[in-house]
Amino acid sequence: MSEHGPEKGIKRWLFTTNHKDIGTLYLWFSFIMLLVGGAMAMVIRAELMYPGMQVVNPNFFNMMTTMHGLIMVFGAIMPATVGMANWLIPMMIGAPDMAMPRMNNWSFWILPFAATMLVLPMFMGGDFLAGQGPAFGWTFYEPLSGQYDNLAFFIFAVHLLGISSIMGSINIIATILNLRAPGMTLMKMPMFVWTWLITAFLLIAVMPVLAGAVTMMLTDKYFGTSFFDAAGGGDPVLFQHVFWFFGHPEVYIMILPAFGIVSQIIPTFARKKLFGYSSMVYATAAIAFLSFIVWAHHMYTVGMPVAGELYFMYATVMIAVPTAVKVFNWTATMWRGAMTFETPMLWAVAFVFLFTIGGFTGLMLGVAPSDFQYHDTYFVVAHFHYVLVTGALFALIGGVYYWLPKWTGNMYDEKLGKLHFWLSVISVNVLFFPQHFVGLAGMQRRVPDYAVQFADWNFWSSIGGFVFGLSQLLFMYIVIKTIKGGEKASDKVWDNPEGLEWTVPSPAPYHTFETAPEIK
Amino acid sequence: MNNADQNKITRRLTGKLLLVVVGMFGFGFLLVPLYNVMCDVLGINGRFIDIQSGQVDVAEQERLGAQASLQVDESREVRVQFLTQLNQNLNWEFRALDNAVTVHPGQVMEVRFYAKNLTGREVVGQAVPSIVPAKAFKYFTKMECFCFSHQVLKPGEEVEMPLRFVVRPDLPEDIRTISLAYTFFDTENRDGGKQVRAEEPAAVLAQHAR
Ligand code: HEM
Ligand SMILES: [Cu+2]
Repeated sequence: MSEHGPEKGIKRWLFTTNHKDIGTLYLWFSFIMLLVGGAMAMVIRAELMYPGMQVVNPNFFNMMTTMHGLIMVFGAIMPATVGMANWLIPMMIGAPDMAMPRMNNWSFWILPFAATMLVLPMFMGGDFLAGQGPAFGWTFYEPLSGQYDNLAFFIFAVHLLGISSIMGSINIIATILNLRAPGMTLMKMPMFVWTWLITAFLLIAVMPVLAGAVTMMLTDKYFGTSFFDAAGGGDPVLFQHVFWFFGHPEVYIMILPAFGIVSQIIPTFARKKLFGYSSMVYATAAIAFLSFIVWAHHMYTVGMPVAGELYFMYATVMIAVPTAVKVFNWTATMWRGAMTFETPMLWAVAFVFLFTIGGFTGLMLGVAPSDFQYHDTYFVVAHFHYVLVTGALFALIGGVYYWLPKWTGNMYDEKLGKLHFWLSVISVNVLFFPQHFVGLAGMQRRVPDYAVQFADWNFWSSIGGFVFGLSQLLFMYIVIKTIKGGEKASDKVWDNPEGLEWTVPSPAPYHTFETAPEIK
Repeated sequence: MNNADQNKITRRLTGKLLLVVVGMFGFGFLLVPLYNVMCDVLGINGRFIDIQSGQVDVAEQERLGAQASLQVDESREVRVQFLTQLNQNLNWEFRALDNAVTVHPGQVMEVRFYAKNLTGREVVGQAVPSIVPAKAFKYFTKMECFCFSHQVLKPGEEVEMPLRFVVRPDLPEDIRTISLAYTFFDTENRDGGKQVRAEEPAAVLAQHAR
C-alpha cells in the first residue's frame, strides 16, 4: 500500500474499509442514538415528574420505555464500544488495520438499516402519538410481545443487529489473534484489547441464542409453532430462560469494554503501572465464564424450585469476587500514585465509585429472598442505571476525552470538559439515587403513574434527568469544537501514557503500522 | 508472514468462529427440549406437558389412577380447589361446577366443569392445566379430563365436562391443599383476539336476541 489518504466526500464514508473511518462512523452513530434514546428518556421523566397522567398516554409511555431501552443497549452502548475497538485495537497491537476490512464496512452499514427498522413502526399508521411501536419492554417477554401487530419489523431489526455484532466480533477476534505485531504476546496486550477479545467471544456465543429466541417468536406468530404459546403446549417462562441466557452475558458485553477503557485511563493519570495486570485478565475471563450460568437471577419470582433459587443465588453472588478483584486493582493502581485529575481521569474515578454502587445493589438483588421484594421495582432500575450509565457510559465518555486528542490532533477544552463532567456526575446522582428509595418503598417500574407518596423523589429524579440530558449536548459541542480546532496535541498527549497508540503522530495518520513496530 | 498466509489463517479462524455461531444458534433451540425434559423429570413447573402437546397416553393415565386407588389413605384429607380462566381472546363462559372438593389420597373423584361458546362461530378450544404447588404435580393423576383433547363448541353451544382424578397416597405430608387451574385457549386465534373482538358485538347481540 502506498501513501494515499481518504477519498473525498460521501463516498469516503460509504465505501471506507479504514478502521479509523469505521470507528468514527460507529461513534457518531452511537452518539446520535444516545440523543434519540435520551429524548425518549426525557418523555419518560416528564410523565413521571408528577403523579397522575399528564404528558402522554399509557401506551405511548410503554413505547418510550421499550424503545429507550432497546436503543440505548443496541444503538448507543454496543456500537460505541465497537467504535472504540475499531479505532484502538489495530493501533494498540501494532496492526495496519482490522483483519477483514471489507466485512468491517458491512458490520457498520447494516446498523443504520437495523435502527431504521426498529424505530419505523413508531411512525406507522401516520399517528405518532398512537404508539404503534413496540411497547412490551426491552426484554420483550412473551406472551405480551407475541400479540404485537408489527412484530416482524422488530424481529427483523434484532436479526440485523445480531448479524452486525457477530461480524464485528469475528473481525475483532481475527485481528487480535492474527495481526499482533511480532513480540506482542497475549499477556503484553493492553487491558482494553483483552477485555474486547473476551467480549467478542461472549458476543458470538450469545447473539445467536438471541437470534434463535426471536426466530421462535416469529414462527410462533406467523407459522403456527408453539414454542412459547401455552395453547399449543409451549411455555412463556421458557422465553424468559432463552432471553436471559442471552441477556445476562449481554450486560457484560456492555461493561467489559468499559472495564478495559478505565484500565487504560487510570494508570496514565496515576502515573503507575496497572496493578495486578494478570489478575485483571483472569478476573475478566472468570466474569465472562460465570455470566453464562447465572441467567435465572432475573427470574427468581417465576416460581422456580428452591434448589434452583439457591443455585442461581450462589452463582450470582460469586460474580462479585472477580468483579471486586477489578475494583481493588483500580484502587491499588491509584494508591500512592502521583495523581492528576484531567477530564478523562475524572470520568474514570467516578466510574470506579459509581459502578461499585451498582455492583452492591446487584448483590442485594442477587440474594433471592430479598429480590422477591425488589423485583420489578425502581430499585432494579436504579441498579442497572448505575452499572450502565455511570458504568459503561461514563467509561466511554472518559475514553473519548482520553483519545480525542490522538484522533483529532487537537486538545479538547479542559474547562468545558470539567464542566461537562461535574454537571453530569451531580445530575446523574440526583436522577438515579432517589430511585433506590422509591424502589425499596415499592414503586413499580414501567408504570406511567404512581402513588402520591413517591412524588417528591420522582420530582427530583426528573430534574436530575433533564439536567443530565442537556449536559450531553455540551459534550457534543466540546467534541465538535475539538474536531474543528484547538490547541495542538503532542504525539504523547499525556505525561507518559503506555501503549503503541501514543507512539504515532497526533492526529493519528490515516494508515498506521503498515510495517509492524518493534515490541520490547 | 506474507499476505497470502495471513489471509489463509484468517479464513480458517473465521470458519471456526462461524461454526461456533451456528452451533450456538442451534443451542438456542436445544434449550426447548432441554427445558421440557427438565420440567418433566423433576416434576417442576406444574405443567402437564403431554397434555399440552396433545400426546397424552389415556390408557396409561387410567392404569396409574387405578393403581393409586388400590390403597385409599382414610387418615388424610386433601382439599383440591379449581380455578378457571379464559385466555383473553376467547369469548366463552367457563367455570367449575364444584369450586372445591375434599378427598382422601387414593380416592377417585369426579367433578364437572361448564363451558358455553358465546361467539357466533365454531371454536376449537384447548384447556391447559397448571398445578400449585408445583411439587404436587407428580402426585396428581388424571384418569379422564376434558383437557386431554380439543373441545369443539358450535355457536351458543354449552357443555358439561368431566374431570376424574386421584391424588396419589405418597403425596408429601405437608401438602394439604392443591389448586388446579385451567385456562381455555382458542387454538386458531393467537393474536390476542383482535379479530375476534372486532367481529364480536354483532355475534353476541345475536346470541342474546335468541
Ligand atoms: C456484581 C454484579 C451484579 C450482580 C450480582 C447483578 C445482579 C442482578 C440481578 C439479580 C438482577 C435482577 C433484578 C430483578 O429483576 O429483580 C439484575 C438486573 C439487571 N442488571 Fe445486574 N448485576 C450485576 C452487575 C450488572 C452489570 C455489570 C450490568 C451491566 C453493565 C448489569 C445490568 C443489569 C440490567 C440491565 C438489569 C435489568 C434487566 C431488566 O430490565 O430486567 N448488572 N442484576
Ligand atoms: Cu443478570
